[in-house]
Amino acid sequence: MNLAAAAPLADAAHAPHGFLSPTGVEIAFLLVGLATLGAALVTVTTRQLVHAALWLVVALGGLAVEYLLLTAEFIAWVQVLIYVGSVVVLLLFGLMLTRAPIGRSPDADSGNRWAALAVAIASAVALVWVVVDAFRTTWIDLDGPAAGSTRVTGASLFRHWVLPFEALSVLLLAALVGAIVLSRKAKADTAPGPSADLDVPGEKEGAR
Amino acid sequence: MHLAYPAVLSALLFCTGLYGVLARRNAILVLMSVEIMLNAVNLNLVAFDVWLSRTAQETLHSGQALTLFTITIAAAEIGIGLAIVLAVYRNRGTSDIDKLRDTAEGPDPEGPGTPAAEKAEASA
Amino acid sequence: MTTTTLAVLVPLLPFLGAAAGLLLGRTAPGFVRPLAVLPPLASLVLAALVAVRQGGGPAIDAHTELTPTGSVPIELALHIDGFAALVAVLVAFVATCVQIYSTGYLRDDPRYPSYAALVSLFTSAMLLVVYSGDLIVLLVGWEVMGICSYFLVGHYWETPEARAASLKAFLVTKLGDVPFLIGLFALGTDAGSFRITRVLGTVASGGLDHPTLIALLLLAGVAGKSAQFPLHTWLPDAMAGPTPVSALIHAATMVAAGVYFIARLLPVFEASQAAMVVLAVMAAVTMAGSGLAALAQDDIKRVLAYSTIGQLGYMTGALAVGDRGAAVFHLLSHGAFKALLFLAAGVIIHAAGTNSLAAMSRMHGLRDRVPDAYWTMTVALLALAAIPPFSGFFSKESVLGAAEHATAGHTENVPGAAGWIVLVAGLLTALLTAAYATRLWLLAFRGRGAEAPDHGRQPLTMTVVLWVLAVPSLAFGGLAYRSLPGWFDGRDLTPTLLTSILGTGLAVVGGLLTYGAWQRTSALAARTPLGAVAAHPEGDAGLVEAEAIATHEPAYGDIAYAPDPADPSRLLLGPLRRPAAAGFHLDAVYTALFVRPVQAAAGLVRFLDREVVDTYVRAAAAAPRLLGAAVRRAQTGNVQTYVSALLAGTVVLAVAVLLVATGA
Repeated sequence: MNLAAAAPLADAAHAPHGFLSPTGVEIAFLLVGLATLGAALVTVTTRQLVHAALWLVVALGGLAVEYLLLTAEFIAWVQVLIYVGSVVVLLLFGLMLTRAPIGRSPDADSGNRWAALAVAIASAVALVWVVVDAFRTTWIDLDGPAAGSTRVTGASLFRHWVLPFEALSVLLLAALVGAIVLSRKAKADTAPGPSADLDVPGEKEGAR
Repeated sequence: MHLAYPAVLSALLFCTGLYGVLARRNAILVLMSVEIMLNAVNLNLVAFDVWLSRTAQETLHSGQALTLFTITIAAAEIGIGLAIVLAVYRNRGTSDIDKLRDTAEGPDPEGPGTPAAEKAEASA
Repeated sequence: MTTTTLAVLVPLLPFLGAAAGLLLGRTAPGFVRPLAVLPPLASLVLAALVAVRQGGGPAIDAHTELTPTGSVPIELALHIDGFAALVAVLVAFVATCVQIYSTGYLRDDPRYPSYAALVSLFTSAMLLVVYSGDLIVLLVGWEVMGICSYFLVGHYWETPEARAASLKAFLVTKLGDVPFLIGLFALGTDAGSFRITRVLGTVASGGLDHPTLIALLLLAGVAGKSAQFPLHTWLPDAMAGPTPVSALIHAATMVAAGVYFIARLLPVFEASQAAMVVLAVMAAVTMAGSGLAALAQDDIKRVLAYSTIGQLGYMTGALAVGDRGAAVFHLLSHGAFKALLFLAAGVIIHAAGTNSLAAMSRMHGLRDRVPDAYWTMTVALLALAAIPPFSGFFSKESVLGAAEHATAGHTENVPGAAGWIVLVAGLLTALLTAAYATRLWLLAFRGRGAEAPDHGRQPLTMTVVLWVLAVPSLAFGGLAYRSLPGWFDGRDLTPTLLTSILGTGLAVVGGLLTYGAWQRTSALAARTPLGAVAAHPEGDAGLVEAEAIATHEPAYGDIAYAPDPADPSRLLLGPLRRPAAAGFHLDAVYTALFVRPVQAAAGLVRFLDREVVDTYVRAAAAAPRLLGAAVRRAQTGNVQTYVSALLAGTVVLAVAVLLVATGA
């Protein structure tokens, strides 16, 4: 199997690189990556629901560090703000509102677990195999100006991507209305239901 | 930096999220797993954007712009998703996915469900 | 107007009358009676005009082809020779009489409009058969008559007898019509045309390839239509219809069509010696059997029905000995006196309130209640019994004379055996005919017992028609036998001395025998009261008759038979009486031979269908159902299971695509 045809250019330009001579960035990336992966694994396997949310914070934060290491600093801060800041809070609210048990719950995983494991491992093997085979001789040049500084990102976003950016606001509005409609209908059915989640989309809109 | 590192990390994260989506019972945990999958994709986008911005002459930074969009859409998605989960929880008293089996083939071929099930479908 | 135009109008007028009657019957009841009577009357005048113009000369032929119809052309053709001209006059005459009579007979019937229209249509169809020069056009009229007879026999459809009789009439005649149709096609294919003139030309030049087959196939249709053995069983049952319909069917139209058809195509039958012998045997069995059966019937109309079968036997007998002049001569005279007999019988049934001879024989003074019917019926019965100088004598003697001629082998194309068969059977039937005619007369008019019920005066329309018909019954034969050969084949129709003496002598013997038997048995009549009388002085004759037919079976236990010890037939027939009354149980034989096997086969087919074929069908349904039940288990409702399966499939597909794309 040979998917390396996609990267002959990089192969020729960076011939002296090798696995046996890792740079500092690479070592940092690997370590943080391992931590991120581990946190993600704990997130999807732990029996304590609130812990899962907290481990998710770790994983998302680790990803933010990875973005920084890849010189995409704006994305990294957005990641911290939205994911770590609001999404996880939302999820925690959700857990609380659905009266998720505190502590170990023995039935956190469904009976589908082994099938899920098989599918996940199979796809992991397939993906890793393909990716490694395709990009084993490709290097990213991280020297020079940052590829994802706020300035660069802002320039491209508001120069080339301004129309999709505005269209996105319509999407968010629709999500806002949808969330309100869903919640209100539920309230009409069960008269004194908790309505704390009603203002959640609004918060998200602000976070944008 | 070797491009395979972020790519492999992304693939593994994605599959972890996949496992979570398939294996978790609580709907909110499933949503968390979905977030992990989305983040794996984001990492891929960023890594390839950084790589291409160095190798290509002219770049639109499409990878990073797309990542921003993805993050936004993911935020919207989690809002709607949680609203749905809460509605289901209020109707059913549970947010366990494997207990929501209204589409199951029951012993009685006629009549897809009780009135309660229809109400849940309407509100979900 | 040319003769052709007149001839076209003859069948067309009753048809238009029928259509108008059906359309206007409900909206304009005042027009129904004129629409019923006037078209046949006009047809009668026109048919007489056509007959006068044709005058026994060469046949008038006219034809037009509407549209090309494939290999063998079908043309609207007229072929009017002496036979057609005279038979058309008879048909129109009888139909007019029947229509006039019906206005009185069914005057209160709510279904009179449709009845009158159907009678007109029937007349039109028969006239079409008579005038048609093309076999397919003839077939159209032939089949229209079949369906009209179905409706008319079933006129009293409230009674189960009428429903059964109409179905039977339809099915039995159709049973004959299927081979008839095939025979027509075979004939048309052999001759290359359906035109009667060309067919006869082909026969004359010996161009017919399968004469016996064709003749026998056609014979089946004729036997069905003309009620010849073994397809005659529908005719006695058809008595469940109103009496005028019986008169029309029996005297001039439907049953005459078969005889007329053979008369037209006699050369085709003569081409096959076997067909002629079959025809002779058929005629002989029909004649003798119907005579015996008629002697045992209790229903006055069934006596007449069997007598019709017998007289038709005479006609086919005449055809079997190759003398179509005699056959049509008898057809004409029989048409007159049989119409009279039926119409008079209708009057008698109305007056007596019953159709049972046994009940009439216990009534006193019936003849004084209906003097017109008494006298005209006497005339008609004398004609039926072939007593000189009534018309039946001359026509029947012409048949017997032709048979005697054939026994000597003097007739071309006719085997001597056919002559002997017809002669012997004819003489025997002469005896039987006189016997049952005498019995009918004695039982109906010489009854002893209580006074006959008073049903009021008969309507004038009914009695006048009887006298009109009595004239030809009395005088037609004597006046016509000299002039008719000019219209027909030219063969002499004068009675020969030998057969005249034999026939008349036997008839007188039969009459005297019956009288003697009646003298001995009638004394018993007073001792055994019997009979049911439908008394509806205010009702019209049709109502009385319908009731009489409906009550016969409950009153006597049988539709045709009455256990009457005072009946002279008890002495004359002895043990034969019971089977003769039942038509020699031919219906039972048919039931055993055809109906039961067919029902058994149907049962078998039903079993095969329900138990064998349906098993496969059910299995074909059950297998997917089981499969579906198995697959349904996968439908757990758990979304995660679904997504797992989906993603597993995706992985497999992706790997497969990769492997293929990289050529590994």
